[in-house]
Amino acid sequence: MIPARWISAPVGTSRWRTAGGAAKLKEKPAIAVVVGEPVVSEKILASGQFDELLRPILDRYCRDAGLLVEILRETQNVLGYLPAGALTVIAKAVGTPRARVEGVAGFYSFFHLEPVGRYRVLFSDNITDRMLGSAELLDRLCNKLWVERGKVSEDGLVSVDTTSCTGMCDQGPALLVNGRAMTRMSAERIGRIGELIRAQVPMSEWPNEYFLVEDNIRRRDTLLNSNWQEGEALKAAIARGAEGMLAEMKLSNLRGRGGAGFTTHIKWESARRAAVHGERSARYVVCNADEGEPGTFKDRVLLTSYADLLFDGMSVAGFTIGATKGLLYLRGEYAYLLPQLEENLRNRRADGLLGNAVCGVAGLTFDIEIRLGAGAYVCGEETALLESLEGKRGVPRIRPPFPVTAGYLGQPTVVNNVETLCKAALIAVKGGAWFAGLGTKQSTGTKLLSISGDVEVPGIYEYPFGVSVEQVLNDCGAGNAQAVQISGPSGICLATHEFSRRIAFEDVPTAGAFMVFGAHRDMFEVARNFAHFFAHESCGFCTPCRVGTSLVANCMDKIGNGQGSPYEINEIFKIHRLLHVASHCGLGQAACNALFDTLHKFRPAYERRLRSLDFEPAFDLDEALAGARRMTGRDDPGAHFGLAARVSGGDA
Amino acid sequence: MKQQTLLFDGLPVPFEEGQTIMEAAMAADIFIPHLCHHPEFKPQGSCKLCTVKASGRYVSACTMPAKDGMEVENNSPDLNDKRRTMLQMLFVEGNHFCPSCEKSGNCMLQALAYELEMLTPHFPQFFPNRPVDASHPEVLLDFNRCILCELCVRASRDVDGKHVFALSGRGLKKHLIVNSESGRLGDTDFSMADKAAHVCPVGVILEKRKGFAMPIGKRRYDVDPIGMQVERLANRSASEEEV
Repeated sequence: MIPARWISAPVGTSRWRTAGGAAKLKEKPAIAVVVGEPVVSEKILASGQFDELLRPILDRYCRDAGLLVEILRETQNVLGYLPAGALTVIAKAVGTPRARVEGVAGFYSFFHLEPVGRYRVLFSDNITDRMLGSAELLDRLCNKLWVERGKVSEDGLVSVDTTSCTGMCDQGPALLVNGRAMTRMSAERIGRIGELIRAQVPMSEWPNEYFLVEDNIRRRDTLLNSNWQEGEALKAAIARGAEGMLAEMKLSNLRGRGGAGFTTHIKWESARRAAVHGERSARYVVCNADEGEPGTFKDRVLLTSYADLLFDGMSVAGFTIGATKGLLYLRGEYAYLLPQLEENLRNRRADGLLGNAVCGVAGLTFDIEIRLGAGAYVCGEETALLESLEGKRGVPRIRPPFPVTAGYLGQPTVVNNVETLCKAALIAVKGGAWFAGLGTKQSTGTKLLSISGDVEVPGIYEYPFGVSVEQVLNDCGAGNAQAVQISGPSGICLATHEFSRRIAFEDVPTAGAFMVFGAHRDMFEVARNFAHFFAHESCGFCTPCRVGTSLVANCMDKIGNGQGSPYEINEIFKIHRLLHVASHCGLGQAACNALFDTLHKFRPAYERRLRSLDFEPAFDLDEALAGARRMTGRDDPGAHFGLAARVSGGDA
Repeated sequence: MKQQTLLFDGLPVPFEEGQTIMEAAMAADIFIPHLCHHPEFKPQGSCKLCTVKASGRYVSACTMPAKDGMEVENNSPDLNDKRRTMLQMLFVEGNHFCPSCEKSGNCMLQALAYELEMLTPHFPQFFPNRPVDASHPEVLLDFNRCILCELCVRASRDVDGKHVFALSGRGLKKHLIVNSESGRLGDTDFSMADKAAHVCPVGVILEKRKGFAMPIGKRRYDVDPIGMQVERLANRSASEEEV
């Protein structure tokens, strides 16, 4: 059985506790903090004596290098950041070269190798947060706290910066304070938060409503209407038998809901037939809950209110492929869900739905463990996710081999999205034929859409596949939409004349994001936001994506600063063509999709920013000479470039 | 059994089961540009210079297994254009100033730039701030020229068993680190006897007090272009890399 590693908090409230100091942590080794203020004094940090302090954490994780991400996270929870000395202690304990531990720590956004503020404020930087005024709120908080964005305040109290989409687009602007999700920020709330930080009020005493995350379910269909007891789907699958369940999956024609749309039963069947190997031979079910695509938040709602169904789905998959263990990879931004999810797993174990002899069937063993991510969008790619689960840098693997034959720890592994597994649970109960009757022929069943942006009623909408974009827009109250970004920045941008298209794998496929942009929005700024997102999230493994995404972001800034020309637009196209074919994984391949779409469909948004129809340098040549002019005391036309060279006194 | 063959730009080339496209090409004396590939180490496919079109799809030649009857497009304007763009990306990402570099003439990055007729770096320079590490008595590390090929990482890990090098950071901030708390090479167990000391395809890992032993103009790629040296590239062993 998995030890209860995390403090449970009352579900649906914002109260959570910290461990209250190293001594207390040692007394109760089974308990640790999810998020919160660091619990050691600066004196201990300065002493560099970390052995004693980290022993409880290292013991709890059995000094297993495969659990390095967990160890690093808990170490940071205690120390506030990851000092060089602590990495040395960890490396020694887990028997891994120190450089590798540092490499892992340096990969994830939520790990800090330098001291950070005792209060770390990170504003969600999705375009939907920006549309709700997050940039102004960030400036306001920085001004109030006298701190520069991205820097730690002089007294070490606070730092303010941005982070990639935190999955609260329907209730933004959102932010994370010390890893804890907060929603519906306003000038008033930001003012109050500034005061709370200045007065150093512990986060456990901050107003509850700041942490309230609502489901906002607006349209229910078969999945969201389901209301079964925990275990019902698992029992139905056991009654059908593994082969019978596989046959139902095949009949259902269920395709993955995480974006790629791979047929689920092929994955399951391949993993079931694949040989296990080595001493630790086993099969695994991995649930991909690293919902990082900006604009997507449907998995958050399923994890919050349909966890029974999800865990049933994982158990069904485990039973069908012959796996003994399931792993839920939860994105770090959703750490606040951990206590209630752990509580759910404990209940399932008590009810005989997990552990040995599942549902009373002798020899049927299956258990589920939850692992937390640490801020890396690329870990949503299934092989990068597996690397992260193994305690490594989240770099996508070379494929083949595919996870179904060589996945977690080299063993046959099924990696499925949260929604896919919930649907598998439905199929276990109601059968494949029933499921295949929903939606369209090629896209069976329903799809959860996460709707945000310029709509009257943002939230979760479940539709049978085949619904038109137009109908969705009508239902959510998007009166003046000029564009919809479907499936996030890596998806497709539709303009008005395409609103009759349908949500389905054969027309407009989607992982669930549905961001609406009203007529008053600047589509160039939308694309610029996406370009910076990919530059920030590129793992850096392959040359085209590592350098190309940053080049594109710089091109967009140059255009945005009014210094662009058609040259930059051609550069973006050229880099797009390269990234699309030469990148190592889907992140790079899709990184310029939104730019490509907006350049085709909203070209005036770019062109009105262009300074000329010829090349323009990124800097002002005349301005660059200002320093030299001051030093030499010259200001004659010969000391100037361009227009100023023709009219004297350019500096004036 | 029938001999398996693939077609390189229309030319039939035999290969053995288990070989990658890169291995099949090298065995047939066909040049595919590459930086992170080295016949002695496990392929990793990160530089993407060896991108070819196999059966209509763009793939990395160093990691893609050869298949019977596969049609491989290699030396085409489209592919060489893409490779040139990626070389330019590598040039602007780091600080590469060939005229003052001890590796000039022995540098694969430079040699490929000549081979693929890269005339300018094209993109705006990033000018990253990468301090050099001169802490080791025998070796100087000049990170300015690192192209993140991980050959030193693989050599130290897989051959020397020392794990002296690793990568940290992400995206454009990805960078080479060494295995010591101080972050200095002098505090590791690295030595000139290590294989990792001799695999750098560019000018990061340099032996001290040995500069310019071979005059520029007479160096490996000064004499023959890299595209003419497939046999040497295929048979190279890291310990012979030194000039």
